[in-house]
Amino acid sequence: MSGITRRRALGTVAAAAGTAAAVPVLAAAAPALAAGPAPTRSGSAGHDPASFDEVYRGRRIQGHPSGGGHHGGHAGHGGYTVLIDGEELHVMQNADGTWISVITHYDPVPSPHAAARAAVVELQGSPLVPLVTA
Amino acid sequence: MTVRKNQAALTAAEKRRFVSAVHELKRSGRYDTFVTTHNAFIMSDRDDAERVGHRSPSFLPWHRRFLLDFERALQSVDTEVTLPYWDWTADRTPRSSLWAPDFLGGTGRSRDGRVMDGPFARSGGRWTISVRVDGRDFLRRNLGAGGLSLPTRAEVDSVLAMDTYDMAPWNSGSDGFRNHLEGWRGVNLHNRVHVWVGGQMATGVSPNDPVFWLHHAFIDKLWADWQARHPDSPYLPGGGTADVVDLDETMRPWNDVTPADMLDHTPFYTYDTDAASS
Repeated sequence: MSGITRRRALGTVAAAAGTAAAVPVLAAAAPALAAGPAPTRSGSAGHDPASFDEVYRGRRIQGHPSGGGHHGGHAGHGGYTVLIDGEELHVMQNADGTWISVITHYDPVPSPHAAARAAVVELQGSPLVPLVTA
Repeated sequence: MTVRKNQAALTAAEKRRFVSAVHELKRSGRYDTFVTTHNAFIMSDRDDAERVGHRSPSFLPWHRRFLLDFERALQSVDTEVTLPYWDWTADRTPRSSLWAPDFLGGTGRSRDGRVMDGPFARSGGRWTISVRVDGRDFLRRNLGAGGLSLPTRAEVDSVLAMDTYDMAPWNSGSDGFRNHLEGWRGVNLHNRVHVWVGGQMATGVSPNDPVFWLHHAFIDKLWADWQARHPDSPYLPGGGTADVVDLDETMRPWNDVTPADMLDHTPFYTYDTDAASS
């Protein structure tokens, strides 16, 4: 196993509490989807990781490939950024092309768009916040 | 010696002491450090990068050690307390005694998922959700979320029958026992139970619900059961695998424990079923 240095920060409780510190580390190291916004990925059931921007159940959800480093340190997480009312939702792509978010972490869906909608349902109107530890 | 028991067989006093010890860890702040650690790993473990706690061969030894840490913390409060396990193939409805007010409390109300009874209801003042990803500070559940059913004994047996521990690419796309038990592939055991409980249990901060420990204690027991059925099947991979914890490599965050150190649970605890069969 390699890369211990870049992950050491995440292995401690103190660093884990500070997502602002942790995210850029992940972004810099994440090789996923390095090919950028490939228009279609097989097995994605009609959804591909293209950009989206809509109001769903009264909340604005946005998603876009994030190789370019917008939003300060928020790029990364596998090369795709999802926002709910402007706050980042941590998403991740599985090996089979499906997606999960920190809100629905054990329940893969076909696309980041579907993950954003699932998070909106789960949130029941509650604001998404950076990891709160107080 | 620590004996982990089926939660359904606990006495009223055992339930009371377990709950009290959990409350004390929460009060002292120690409980929330476990939630934070779990979430850090679940957000960083990736199929295409370094992975330790989830979606990888070390899912089982990592959680074995994580539960040992938690159990030792409980025992620092009350030496008599051990982690019970929840056999969700047997106790598979919201009417199980697991969810009674004298133990974990029941499902959430429909409006906002808030758990309204039991020792972990927000109204009791002892269980504020502190490590969270949204604004809600109360424990939530939606038992049987979306009409989902818990795994059956036959489904568990079908996974225990798999004789290879894990396979390349050593992630959520793998065939083999580990990934079928974890649930990214096949009938889906571990992941499905998280979704069935709903609320925080379905998120990266799942240890906010004390049932996390009882669920993982049963997953851990299934690993032991699998070893008993396949005594010649080793932990894999054995060495030299990028981004993956090999048999003799140390695991974060401890950095002093390897999967090899975790293969035999009996130096640390036994199961009530071990005692019955020996």
